[in-house]
Amino acid sequence: MKEQLQKDFYNSIKNLSLSQKDIEIKKFCLDSFIDKGFPNKKEEDWKFTDLNQIIKNNIGELSFYNDQASTNKVDTSVFVDGLEHNKIVFINGRIEKIDFEYEKKDQIEIIDQSETINEFENSNSLSDLNNAFTNKCFKILVKKSYQLAKPLIIYHTTNSKIWSKNINLRLNFELDKDSSLRLIDLFNDTSEKNFLNIFYNFELKENAVLKNYKVDKFENKNIKYSFNNIDQDKNSISETFILSSGSNFSKNEINCNLNGVYASAFVNGVFSLNNDKHHEIRSIINHLTENTKSYQLIKSVLEQSSKAVYQGKIFVNSDAQKTDGYQLSKAILLNKESEFNAKPELEIYADDVKCSHGSASGSLNEDSIFYLMSRGLSYQQSRELLINGFLLDVVEKITDSEIKNLIKNMLGIKE
Amino acid sequence: MDNRQKEINNLKDYKYGFSTDIENIQAPKGLNEDVIKFISNIKKEPAWMLEFRLKAFERFKVLKEPDWQKPKFPKIDYQDLYYYSAPKSMKDKPKSLDELDPKLLETYKKLGIPLQEQARLNGIAVDAVFDSVSVATTFKDELTKQGIIFCPISEAIQNHPELVKKYLGSVIPTSDHFFATLNSAVFTDGSFVYIPEGVRCPMELSTYFRINASNTGQFERTLIIADKGSYVSYLEGCTAPMRDENQLHAANVELIALDDAEIKYSTVQNWYPGDQDGKGGIYNFVTKRGLCKGKNSKISWTQVETGSAITWKYPSCILKGDNSVGEFYSIAITNNHQKADTGTKMIHLGKNTKSKIISKGISAGSSDMTYRGLVDISSKAKNSTNYTQCDSLLMGNKCGAHTVPYIKNKNSESNIAHEATTSKISEEQLHYCQQRGLNPEEAVGLIVNGFCKEVLQQLPMEFAVEAQKLVGISLEGSVG
Repeated sequence: MKEQLQKDFYNSIKNLSLSQKDIEIKKFCLDSFIDKGFPNKKEEDWKFTDLNQIIKNNIGELSFYNDQASTNKVDTSVFVDGLEHNKIVFINGRIEKIDFEYEKKDQIEIIDQSETINEFENSNSLSDLNNAFTNKCFKILVKKSYQLAKPLIIYHTTNSKIWSKNINLRLNFELDKDSSLRLIDLFNDTSEKNFLNIFYNFELKENAVLKNYKVDKFENKNIKYSFNNIDQDKNSISETFILSSGSNFSKNEINCNLNGVYASAFVNGVFSLNNDKHHEIRSIINHLTENTKSYQLIKSVLEQSSKAVYQGKIFVNSDAQKTDGYQLSKAILLNKESEFNAKPELEIYADDVKCSHGSASGSLNEDSIFYLMSRGLSYQQSRELLINGFLLDVVEKITDSEIKNLIKNMLGIKE
Repeated sequence: MDNRQKEINNLKDYKYGFSTDIENIQAPKGLNEDVIKFISNIKKEPAWMLEFRLKAFERFKVLKEPDWQKPKFPKIDYQDLYYYSAPKSMKDKPKSLDELDPKLLETYKKLGIPLQEQARLNGIAVDAVFDSVSVATTFKDELTKQGIIFCPISEAIQNHPELVKKYLGSVIPTSDHFFATLNSAVFTDGSFVYIPEGVRCPMELSTYFRINASNTGQFERTLIIADKGSYVSYLEGCTAPMRDENQLHAANVELIALDDAEIKYSTVQNWYPGDQDGKGGIYNFVTKRGLCKGKNSKISWTQVETGSAITWKYPSCILKGDNSVGEFYSIAITNNHQKADTGTKMIHLGKNTKSKIISKGISAGSSDMTYRGLVDISSKAKNSTNYTQCDSLLMGNKCGAHTVPYIKNKNSESNIAHEATTSKISEEQLHYCQQRGLNPEEAVGLIVNGFCKEVLQQLPMEFAVEAQKLVGISLEGSVG
């Protein structure tokens, strides 16, 4: 893999106009990645998910160079109907379109930050890979007191032109004081056997509100990794919702630093898996100052031999008195072969806190099925009704009603 | 001064901190094949036992000391330890208690375990382990009548080789982790219990461990076998003198429950925890594992962990037999600079297996406490259930409490429920108690005892009273 990485690296920097210093930094990241390789199960954070093995088994030889010279045609049929929205379109890892048609142009700034390097807490060798190979990185700055009128949808589209490729994406967001952003990540892949490696960095200033919905709904055979780093100032709110369903393999990581007082973070997730899919959510909420709050709810419905993993960590610093942290994960295993693993972790150094977590996994409640069947529903109907209700609980946590309806439709959940 | 206060003052200092001046026979310092041969030789062990030890040592040589645990500690120099230390008077083993060195008897008396009187009064059979050897076992006659074997493991190797050979290393093999392997190579003594088919052991069996000599590691090995339909309740207590250096205690405990058998294993661990600045104290790195081998068998662990500078142990149950049950009840209290990383593993292999974990952690002072546990339901363990509850209480803002559960469910017909909370003692509860005339310390004592009650109830009577007091004392001075 080493030769391939080096060869692809020189091919990719050839086309970029980078300074000598930038090349050196990128080179350093590349060497660091070559040194560490893909994360494997010997690393505690990847205990349940051996990415190295998964890539080997599903993709085999991965190549890292993408020819980004020519533009791809934007297929408008993938756009969401019935919801007016701003767009960013990625096709095969190339930014094809940035369009804030519904917003005041002077309130949003798009800054090219291609030379900056990500250095995140709690990240891994994949951030090195990302740093080495990303060719374009934009920062989207929402200016003071501006609240976006319409949500922003980022379309992640891949098509059959690429095969066994690694795609690295990076975006930075800064939400200035009193601003707000609703962001939907929509994955739409018609490709197979690619590895997507996505890093987002969010900076939330005082009173800023971020709502991020990640929707991976459409069946595809790709491997996805996504890392969100969120830094939150005083009174800010972040809400993350993850629908983890379509890809063959997916891991979402959220690292959230609650730096300012009264900042709060919400992470909600739904795993709806079938076949041999293997998905994971790992969240780390760092309560770093007093009076911060976090809430996490993860629910899974697992069919066939699918596997879901939830690793959630609440960290409370010794200064973070009056922290309120809550975490709940529930899973329904519908098949003998399905598997649910959880590691809900608390690490607490302050005494005046209220932290709790719960985790439960098991089969559908036979008594409930009996109850419904005795009232005239078929077995299948009862099962669907129960699963519907089970998942509805999480979807109801979405605070934006427009997007809530959109996601309900996608999941086929009825009220 | 009221009684409680007096008692507290009495016990405020680690009362077991004395050391006994006694002549010792020691193995040469260091760890190598010769030392292992020395130990094996001095114990007059058969060849297969030496082979067992050497096999473990071979494996030990390639293993690295693990470093994933939360409490970090300075590197232990394994070549700077004595692996065998025995009171000289024990060289020719005394036939009865009367022949015991009076100094030894006095030591145990000071510890509250008067071996002679105990033999008559208490109705608990005791095996006392002093440094590396078992010094006395009480109540032997009565137990022998029922066919129960309760003796030092070194004796069992001589007298019951067929049992030891069959079961030793069957739960903790010689190829296990670092400390367990070290123990397999150099273990010196410990208790051996065999309960024959259908026998309900008429009394509590108890072992009392004491580290006396300095620079010695204590490596005892306990093996308990409950044959079909039998029942035994076993207690374990530990203390050590106050010394400035850290001492290593790496024991292995193996439990085997056959069809319909039940083993109840209770520990009150009160090793020297080090002084207020965290100097000295015991490193308690123990491997405890129970195998529910037969159908309908049950293993229950209860532990009260108040001592040791660092406690690092996970008493586990392997639920292999169908319908077997595993239980784990734990109170862990850390104060000053103590550190604990403890919890359990419940490995469900058989059908209809059940496990229950109740863990209560209390940390005060500058201490750190971690619950780390694993619940693993394999794909064959149909209809299994697990219930886990771990609660932590924090006192003061310099301490930490952590929960790291691993939950693996591979069976759709099985249910796992896990809950954990971390909080401090609520002001309302304190206010309520104080309003009714309790002083703050008493109020905290009451609330903490209530917090721990679920676990304390699982202990045999005599131990429960002791443990309840210990809980109060360990937290002394942490309320301000």
